[in-house]
Amino acid sequence: MNQINGLGRRGFLGTVAAVAGGMSLGWTIPEAQAQGAANSAATAAGGVEVGIWAVVMPDDTVVVRIARSEMGQGTLTGLAQLVADEMDADWAKVQAEYIAPEVNQANRRAWGDMSTGGSRGIRASVDYVRKGGAAARAMLVQAAATQWGVPVGECGASESVITHRPTGRTLRYGQVAAAAAKLPVPADVAVKPPAEWKIIGKGVKRLDTVEKLSGKLVYAIDLQLPEMLNASIAQCPVFGGKIGSFDAAKVMGMPGVRHVLRVDDSTIAVVADKWWQAQTALKALPIVWDEGPNANVDSASIARHLESGLDAKEAFVGLRQGDVEAGLKGAAKVVEATYGSPFLNHATLEPMTCTAKWDGTTIEVWVSSQNGDASLAAAAEAAGVPLANVKVNKHHLGGGFGRRGKQDYVRQAVLIAKQVPGRPVKMIWSREEDMQHGFYRPITMAKMKAGLDAQGNLVALHARLSGQSILAHLFPARIAGGADPVMFQGWNKEEFGYQAIPNVLIDHAMRNTHVPVGFWRGVNHNQNAVYLECFLDEVALAAGKDPLDFRLGLMGQMPKLRAVLQAAAEKAEYRKPLPAGVFRGISANYGFGAYTAAVAEVSVSKEGEVKVLRIVAATDCGYAVNPDQIAAQVEGSFVYGLSSVFTSENTVEKGRIVEGNFDTYEVMKLAQMPKVETVIVPSGGFWGGVGEPTIAVAAPAVLNAIFAATGKRIRTLPLKHHDLSHA
Amino acid sequence: MIKLNVNGRVHEVDAPADTPLLWVLREWLGMTGSKYGCGAGVCGACSVHLDGDMVRSCAVSVGDVGAGKILTIEGLSPDGLSHPVQKAWLAHEVPQCGYCQSGQIMAAAALLKAVPKPTDDDIDATMQNICRCGTYQRVRAAIHAAARDGAA
Repeated sequence: MNQINGLGRRGFLGTVAAVAGGMSLGWTIPEAQAQGAANSAATAAGGVEVGIWAVVMPDDTVVVRIARSEMGQGTLTGLAQLVADEMDADWAKVQAEYIAPEVNQANRRAWGDMSTGGSRGIRASVDYVRKGGAAARAMLVQAAATQWGVPVGECGASESVITHRPTGRTLRYGQVAAAAAKLPVPADVAVKPPAEWKIIGKGVKRLDTVEKLSGKLVYAIDLQLPEMLNASIAQCPVFGGKIGSFDAAKVMGMPGVRHVLRVDDSTIAVVADKWWQAQTALKALPIVWDEGPNANVDSASIARHLESGLDAKEAFVGLRQGDVEAGLKGAAKVVEATYGSPFLNHATLEPMTCTAKWDGTTIEVWVSSQNGDASLAAAAEAAGVPLANVKVNKHHLGGGFGRRGKQDYVRQAVLIAKQVPGRPVKMIWSREEDMQHGFYRPITMAKMKAGLDAQGNLVALHARLSGQSILAHLFPARIAGGADPVMFQGWNKEEFGYQAIPNVLIDHAMRNTHVPVGFWRGVNHNQNAVYLECFLDEVALAAGKDPLDFRLGLMGQMPKLRAVLQAAAEKAEYRKPLPAGVFRGISANYGFGAYTAAVAEVSVSKEGEVKVLRIVAATDCGYAVNPDQIAAQVEGSFVYGLSSVFTSENTVEKGRIVEGNFDTYEVMKLAQMPKVETVIVPSGGFWGGVGEPTIAVAAPAVLNAIFAATGKRIRTLPLKHHDLSHA
Repeated sequence: MIKLNVNGRVHEVDAPADTPLLWVLREWLGMTGSKYGCGAGVCGACSVHLDGDMVRSCAVSVGDVGAGKILTIEGLSPDGLSHPVQKAWLAHEVPQCGYCQSGQIMAAAALLKAVPKPTDDDIDATMQNICRCGTYQRVRAAIHAAARDGAA
């Protein structure tokens, strides 16, 4: 049983660099047919694996294996729904468990990619997890048929009970699981047509809520192990700088302090019995940093650097149709505007944290990670051991938003543990460390230019991006011919919503900085949608057209985007006048495989105080696995997205991030939360993302409404720097 | 030794008086339901009750607690589920990542104790806890629901 069948057929696709530098993991397409042999909490508790995706307990509980990470987005529940529905399991008795990264690795990655980002948790797993569920069902039904000695075709299953239709005899899944587990996993299984879904498409309760209400859920930061020590770290505040010197003797006598360690060239750790003691000593530790040349960089110099890209000759083309130069030249009217967005920290509420234990040959880590595979690889690389000598314990994340795909904190925890062999060491970053050592949403600017003909038709659009590339920082090997395709999120051939514009050029002048950047929920869509969706409002105004009609007229080639915008407009009663003092803005976007649109209603007092009164947000993600959780993601998108509109930004002085905590990096609180009405318009036929797409429409809808209210067009964020008072 | 009354039990704690209550709860007493989010009394993830009032435990020194009675998320209800706020939270599917929710629940429970039928304005003024996932809409709805069920 300890073998994986069927991997040869679809075979080895290649390798992906698992985020940690250099170390690659073989990547194979998961197989419903693979025969598992994975020890897990569920098997240890007496369950048996039926296929690799489900463990059936004697009491019929079905424990669904989860390879992706749960960070609040609901993927754990959604994936369990997919498997359970195909299994015809009783949802009331479904649970979920993580498959351990080292188990995945030892089984030739039978459970597939563990990376959890890009709103791919469901849509990139859906084919193989559903087949896994269907395979398990087939095995269970076959086992019952064999026990009865009847043709399998006479048997059916529902809610974890198998029925022999001619005689009415029944067997429960728990009764036949052991026999089912011995059967070969069927090579080809059909999945249900949507009409037969019973659990998919239902707003069932999340599987992970109860422990979050009692304080009992153990996040990585909460881990307590025998003999555990705690570490707090300081990294050179200037990115690219190094440790000059530090005086460990000054703090070694402080309560609880055990070690003061050089973690790497730029990181110092204090290890103590308790974290608070480590943190107290770290603050008292005299450190001299060798800040290096980046200490001269500040937000103003970065702005100049980006401005130089707005008219630069050299730029990478992301989208070209027609001849934009000719289009602009022949235009009756040209509209031009320059937009910009700052760096933004992810600011997960649980700061970066990881526990590691080194015993001389193996390394074990406990971590909240968006990518279990990458954590495994990062730990192996940092410890200098083969992958087989690593164990990774996955915890639910206290927020991810893209930050915890990066494994810097895993590497640090391992480097600390290697210097303290035999005892687990839990490293927690202080909030300030977290705020000032992120992988920030990249800073970008955009110069937008549009040409209108005499009838007010948009005949040419040029968007020139200038700014920082995520791939150049994180995956330089994926920069193709110098270009970073991720810059053009929402603006590439597949995603661009306004393909009816005859002449379009979208290009990017790469302007990198020394500030580390990364994938921030809604990756680059956010900034690009602000630039395009706000600018389109400007152009509509110049053309004397209604912003909704103007957009709909350009969306001919994107019928689903058009439909989702119309759905939002209809629910918001866009054609009806609003009460005095209330103003609307709209926006639409296609990204992460889903179509989204929003209508915002705001009021702005004469003094400039903005109130977002109502949001109508429509989303078409194809199939809606769990409508209630989709609504939760849509609602939350307006918090994450509007925080960036109103208050959040990271600035740079003397080469370092200025903001240290939530007093200066302000984020939205409950009082600012608008009423969000989610409209799900699942058109079927595809599986789109959910966690990120809506963020892109949050900011521009509100900014457009603010313009309608004030006549002030805000083109640089956040709003806190702008005076919105008006007559 | 500092004597500390937490969830109805008196503990003796060997911690310096200036240690934040949060870290005493988490590291000296092993009660990790109260979370570290900012360490500056801003985010609210560490919210507990001190003599019935909501406080940010990261901003209270353990030496200042004296004979005050501390209630943490671990002591809010015997089973971790049956306080009206917890019930409302479950019914409204409030948590996403859940990390801020101990603090949200403790803040909401304190609000309802002080104001059994809070208005939206009461909720706006009191619930200052940061949630990065953005569960505020459901937090508001759940507070109203708990008020209807008589949380006080």
